[in-house]
Amino acid sequence: MNLAAYGHCLRGVVGRELLRFLHQRSRFVAALVRPLVWLFVFAAGFRMALGVAMTEPYQTYVLYEVYIVPGLVGMIQLFNGMQSSLSMVYDREMGSMRVLLVSPFPRGYLLMCKLLAGTLVSILQVYVFLAIAYLYGIQAPLMGYVLVLPALIVTGFLVGALGMLLSSAVRQLENFAGIMNFVIFPMFFLSSALYPLWRLREGSELIYRIAVLNPFTHAVEMIRFALYEQLNVEATLIVLATTLILLWLAIIAYNPAKGMMTQRGGPGGE
Amino acid sequence: MSHNDRASLQASPASVAEGSDATALQVRDLSFGYKGSPVLEGVCLTLKVGEFAVLLGPNGAGKTTLFSLITRLYAHRQGTIRIGEVDLQRQSAVAHVRMGMVFQQPTLDLDLTVKQNLAYFGALHGMAPGLARQRALQQLARLDMQESLNSRVRHLSGGQRRRVEIARSLLHEPRLLLLDEPTVGLDIASRRGLVEHVHRLCHEQGVAVLWATHLIDEVDSNDRVILLHRGRVRAQGSVMDLLAQADAATLSDAYDHFVQGTAS
Repeated sequence: MNLAAYGHCLRGVVGRELLRFLHQRSRFVAALVRPLVWLFVFAAGFRMALGVAMTEPYQTYVLYEVYIVPGLVGMIQLFNGMQSSLSMVYDREMGSMRVLLVSPFPRGYLLMCKLLAGTLVSILQVYVFLAIAYLYGIQAPLMGYVLVLPALIVTGFLVGALGMLLSSAVRQLENFAGIMNFVIFPMFFLSSALYPLWRLREGSELIYRIAVLNPFTHAVEMIRFALYEQLNVEATLIVLATTLILLWLAIIAYNPAKGMMTQRGGPGGE
Repeated sequence: MSHNDRASLQASPASVAEGSDATALQVRDLSFGYKGSPVLEGVCLTLKVGEFAVLLGPNGAGKTTLFSLITRLYAHRQGTIRIGEVDLQRQSAVAHVRMGMVFQQPTLDLDLTVKQNLAYFGALHGMAPGLARQRALQQLARLDMQESLNSRVRHLSGGQRRRVEIARSLLHEPRLLLLDEPTVGLDIASRRGLVEHVHRLCHEQGVAVLWATHLIDEVDSNDRVILLHRGRVRAQGSVMDLLAQADAATLSDAYDHFVQGTAS
């Protein structure tokens, strides 16, 4: 297989994911409504109670709506990552995963293509959300919307790899809903998406410590800083390292010789 | 289209016959189990280029597991599998290029059109969009399905979906085609049409076919039969060979002889 063939494979996987996304308009609406409800209802309602003091990367005191936007961007990507994993479990149950796995390309490459496809879908949703937030009056520097793109790609890979790893361990679609409850909500609420770390610490030292260990916290901070034209080196390094580890584990899990698929009766779940 | 592509598309029966002694699939001493329970034990079988063989066995015989190992959905630790001259464990990518697979479970994306499904598969085999479209049209025309190119798979009948899956499995022009109970859920006319088409593939294009089924009436008197039961090959050869080995008058009797003779 030459380089062009690898390109055709990537185009095919990404194209299929985009087509599926376009066919599932309700998924797009749901993905947007969720953060918008948080922004318009939750954040507006709690603005007075949860005012945020000056904290990096902001150069002044900010409204709670402004603070919460990067966290909601992370939420979109987190839900989308889990949705992609859910579709992998569905594909496995329906059998279409087999078509992917009998391709002559290395399995790691195929999984990377899937991850990239899911990430691109999530980035589309994020930019639509950011555009609505912009019109609502929550405006980051214009260059921030460009600089945040790499952070969105890395975060997409982080949550996608996590979801992929989970999907390899889940045998049936029904079990996945439970895992989502035990992954999405703790990851989101025990992070700096809704409250700054210092405020979490005021509430509970334990929750603060968990939030610091949560890679999603660092993904949100990476996005927050990038949106305001800054680079949070520590958060970026933590997210990159966690992504690589999760990706490596996911590729092993989908390796027929070493992974969990064979032990579970394979991609068809039989 | 490259010269090689044209050459393989224009392969005549004569050129197929020239290579008919070559081996398309060789399985040697293959054993496999789940969590310590053996599913396949010491399986040996060989398939020549252009040969049609039926892998016959009751449900739970290990047919799907054998196909999963040949397609490397599972990795084997005991025994060897060769696709042509290629060792599956050492060169799985090359092996995958040479084989096509129709799974027991339908694997088409229902929300996409036939064209989109075939384009996706072509991309997974590294094909440029133009080449994939051209091959898709050729394969669908052979199955009289070209009218359905832009139809959503969801709107096709079970038989039509199966034909699309066969067209898809041939898109990259494999030399070995594996079909795992492809007629499940089809009516008699669709079943007959499918069997005839796949036989034609063997004769006209030299594709080696391993057709797994538990239905004795899908076996033609000229087919080679590999009888698998409880993870072991109990008998193999032509229908006449099996009748002679079992001292039976019909294939059904021979089947009962081999299956019930190992029931305990």
